[in-house]
Amino acid sequence: MPFGLTSWILLTPALGGCLLLFVPKNRPDTLKAIAVLSVTVSLFLAALTFFNYDKVAGGYQFVDRVEWVKSLGIFYHVGLDGISSVLVLMTAILAFAGVMVSCSVTRDLKEYLIFYLFLIVGCFGVLVSLNIFFMYFFYETAVVPVFPLIGVWGSGNKEYATMKLTLYLTLGALLALIALLGLYFVTGLQTFELPLIEAAVTAQPLPIEFQMWAFPLIMVGFGVILTLWPFHTWSPMGYAAAPTSVSMLHAGVLKKLGAFAIIKLGIGLMPQGAAYWMPYVAWIAVINIVYCGLIAFSQKDLKFILGYSSCSHMGFILLGLACLTPTALNGAVFFMFSHGLMAALGFALVGFIYDQTHTRLLEDWGGFGKKVPLVGTLFVMTALASAGVPGFGNFIGEIMILLGAWDRHRVPAILAVTGLIITAGYMLKTVRGAFQGPLKTKGNMLKDATGAGRLPYLLLIAILLLVGLLPSLLLPSISAGTKPILERLASSGI
Amino acid sequence: MVNITLLPWVILFSPLLAAFFIALFFLRSPKIAGILSTASVLISFAASAALFGFYLKNPSLLPVETAYAWISIPGLSIPFGFLIDRLSLLMLLIVTGVGSCIFLYSIGYMRGDQSFPRYFASLSLFAFSMLGIVLAHNFLMLFVFWELVAVSSYLLIGFWFEKPSAADAGNKAFIINRVGDFGFVIGIFMVWMLSGLGGAERTFLFSELATRIPDLAHQNLVTPAILTVAAFLVFCGVVGKSAQFPLYIWLPDAMEGPTPVSALIHAATMVAAGVYLLARTFFLIHDLPNVLETIAVIGVITAGMAALLAVVQNDIKKILAYSTISQLGYMVMAVGLGSSTIGMYHLTTHAFFKALLFLGAGAMIHSLHTQNIWEMGSLLKRMPVTAATFLIGTLALCGIYPFSGFFSKDEILALAYEENRVIYFAALLTAGLTAFYMTRAVWIAILGPDRKTHGHDHHAVHDAEPIMKWPLIVLAFFSVTAGFMGIPAFIMGGHGEHPHFNMAVAITSTGVALAGIALGTLLYARVKNRQDPLERFFGKAYDVLVKKYYLDEAFLALANFFQKLIAQILFIFDSKVIIDRGANGAAQLTAGLGSFIRYAQTGKLQTTALVFSFGLVALVAFMFLRGF
Repeated sequence: MPFGLTSWILLTPALGGCLLLFVPKNRPDTLKAIAVLSVTVSLFLAALTFFNYDKVAGGYQFVDRVEWVKSLGIFYHVGLDGISSVLVLMTAILAFAGVMVSCSVTRDLKEYLIFYLFLIVGCFGVLVSLNIFFMYFFYETAVVPVFPLIGVWGSGNKEYATMKLTLYLTLGALLALIALLGLYFVTGLQTFELPLIEAAVTAQPLPIEFQMWAFPLIMVGFGVILTLWPFHTWSPMGYAAAPTSVSMLHAGVLKKLGAFAIIKLGIGLMPQGAAYWMPYVAWIAVINIVYCGLIAFSQKDLKFILGYSSCSHMGFILLGLACLTPTALNGAVFFMFSHGLMAALGFALVGFIYDQTHTRLLEDWGGFGKKVPLVGTLFVMTALASAGVPGFGNFIGEIMILLGAWDRHRVPAILAVTGLIITAGYMLKTVRGAFQGPLKTKGNMLKDATGAGRLPYLLLIAILLLVGLLPSLLLPSISAGTKPILERLASSGI
Repeated sequence: MVNITLLPWVILFSPLLAAFFIALFFLRSPKIAGILSTASVLISFAASAALFGFYLKNPSLLPVETAYAWISIPGLSIPFGFLIDRLSLLMLLIVTGVGSCIFLYSIGYMRGDQSFPRYFASLSLFAFSMLGIVLAHNFLMLFVFWELVAVSSYLLIGFWFEKPSAADAGNKAFIINRVGDFGFVIGIFMVWMLSGLGGAERTFLFSELATRIPDLAHQNLVTPAILTVAAFLVFCGVVGKSAQFPLYIWLPDAMEGPTPVSALIHAATMVAAGVYLLARTFFLIHDLPNVLETIAVIGVITAGMAALLAVVQNDIKKILAYSTISQLGYMVMAVGLGSSTIGMYHLTTHAFFKALLFLGAGAMIHSLHTQNIWEMGSLLKRMPVTAATFLIGTLALCGIYPFSGFFSKDEILALAYEENRVIYFAALLTAGLTAFYMTRAVWIAILGPDRKTHGHDHHAVHDAEPIMKWPLIVLAFFSVTAGFMGIPAFIMGGHGEHPHFNMAVAITSTGVALAGIALGTLLYARVKNRQDPLERFFGKAYDVLVKKYYLDEAFLALANFFQKLIAQILFIFDSKVIIDRGANGAAQLTAGLGSFIRYAQTGKLQTTALVFSFGLVALVAFMFLRGF
């Protein structure tokens, strides 16, 4: 069968998007129904693949392969390993929540949903592609629809923000492309097929000179979307300007695509390059955590707070990647999953209130907890999750990253722990300003989430709690996915 | 017979289930929420009692450890499990026993509050978290619950969050505790690393660490300096949670929470968790005299400083809060002097009498609608049960024979007398101060005349309803009798050192306590107006105490330095230097380089893009140089 489960995860949002083209603009309910249905199906399929992934066997499963340009080694080739099965699940959850939230868009809903669904396709595509050509193609597919989504539906300084965001990410991708083209030639296989390249690298590591210059290109190129300092400034600005559901998906999924690419293409294929460069990355990770965390204190706009917070948290992922130890790498993937849910929830809740108050300035908010007890409670939970409180998935990721970093990068690890104080500081300050104290006039007419509108929030928080309490739901898959990468690291003596 | 291995699960998870069900289904049904929550903690208490009874009959089975896989991947294993020994059995009884009293009391105290169910959900979450600390058999699991008690404490201090002072107090408590936990978590990592030095796989298990860590020193695998650092880092957690100098400043503010919360969390159990941790990890500090001495010194400084502050407070809850800090100082000091048993002993008696005092204060506040002692008075007539039980609590706290506080405090003083005379005298002085400030409070608030100017609600003032009164009586009973229950002998299991008793110390300490009471009586028994006589005597020194040694201001300045000044500077750097200066500055440079670039320079954005790519080229060039 040419199209198995993995392909259908990818195809359902694409089909949904194409179908929307033929629905008249004035039928919003049909538009919403199709969009929600398509992401519901892909969520169901993603869950199915996640639970059926054989963690003992490992490797790539649910593989589909169709020849495309054989002479160049370009195939349509998709499949899932342990890492991508986890991240596809996260993407599917966020896609579902994001589409649900998107339904509250009033202007040009049809076009919005089409762009949004293709953004989702791009995200899935990067995670499932087993051909580097397609992985890159989907990466661009994920980056490009954001441009109109922010430019047209955004708020504030949206033209500047969307240009900046797109240019940063595209240029970062170009940088990575140089390394990927180099990879194509240096293997001597004339192929973009990831499994073939991985097999070759396992048998015979790539030339050390190549790894030395190609790894930093991958690290920085894909690091831009991971808000590697100092290439992070597009992010708070972009998220502030973006409509709610775009911020959700961007902070939740797109940033993690950078980390995913670094794990698979950087660490996975160039272990020695990684070993040489990662000590520097560990220190940049600390800058991310501390610098962006402290800046979050000084922000007045709630989305800027969350934006800088997200840059700060990416420091933990960077630190986890920089360690090249099993505990830290598994922890980084775990953190990617948890942070995705948490960040999306934070942006969704702020957006929910912004839609009613039309202001995101912290000084205009106050005492909203009495008005919107559910949203308020969820925001407190998001804040606590963000601050690394046990019970939420973020804690598991952070503690694993820190334990894994202890032997490799001890001083950065200790400095990273200050991130736990800093995050608690600005998140509780935000909760205090927005939801506690006496009610401010902007909140007089505020209404709490009701009915199906609660579904995306409750889904996100429930899964965040579930993986926080029972990390073994994710860990076997993750460690099955990181196993070959860690073996290649070990055989290179790292 | 119930399966004995099932009991810890029942103890731990019954409050969590209550919290879960209230949060999901009963947020609008106060009655069900109150009953569910209280029933859950009573179940925990019954299960704890059953467990206690079983092991009292079969002491040879102790300690029992059960473990289940929680995080288990190659290279890292963090189990979830229970350690049942004499320490945890005693603590289970305290937490669930005192907890049951306070849950019952809360039903009366919180009646009519519109967020009644939320209160009980949070309180149940707290009970779960606290029991988790008690039952934890490994360091990381303890840390998990350690953080969860901080969260439930945050939620309950800020329970009336629409009140700015309450919301601020919750934040302060959480952040200050996080500062302590910064050291704690690194300490845990260090201990974890040390556990692997002998060649075995690293572990978080207390039972393993208790044998491995002392071995490390004996086999010279690690220098004492490293062990000292690790021990101090772990102690940082205690300083935060158990409100020791200089991090104690969050606890007085925490009095913004409802009074039963102050009784349970900020007096009887959670703040004592630090002492419990010290007892649990005594193997870490046991062989390190420097560490022990420092701990003892911090304990005695805390005890003395807080007792002085209690003297000038006019809010009855603040008096009790500083008293709690002071008594926690005693407990920490006892551990630092080398006996975790005595520290735990004082923890136990203190849990009874301080919970009693707080609940009594709560009954007064509930009835009089004020926390100011100068607005109370003549309570022996108006609220006889409350006043009588409060007096019992006071005598226990002052350490008067035969009340429970006498026994535990006396053991601490006798220990200090043997180990360190300076600490002994400081502790003795603090005991005198304790008697003094409690006498002051009692004379003003209870025995003295009613000073409230508008006394029209005179008739409304009466003892609380039975559900609030009975917990007072039960706690008063234990405050009197806990000294005769053989608690230290139970902790030590019949072997080990003989309990300290020193007749000379006992007489001296009783004399000092009586002197404190006499001085307090002398000063406050005849005060008719609302003027504190001490204020006239001490002037400037009094002001320093009122300002709490300016410690809060110092912390505020430090916090503002980071969150306002540094944050603002970094933000300006981020937006002006990285974005503007970096982009525009380089843009001017490129504009000079060639006019053709002007095509692209239609706006700021293209500039940024251009600079970005140039920057990347420069970076690549640098890497080539670096790599070859």
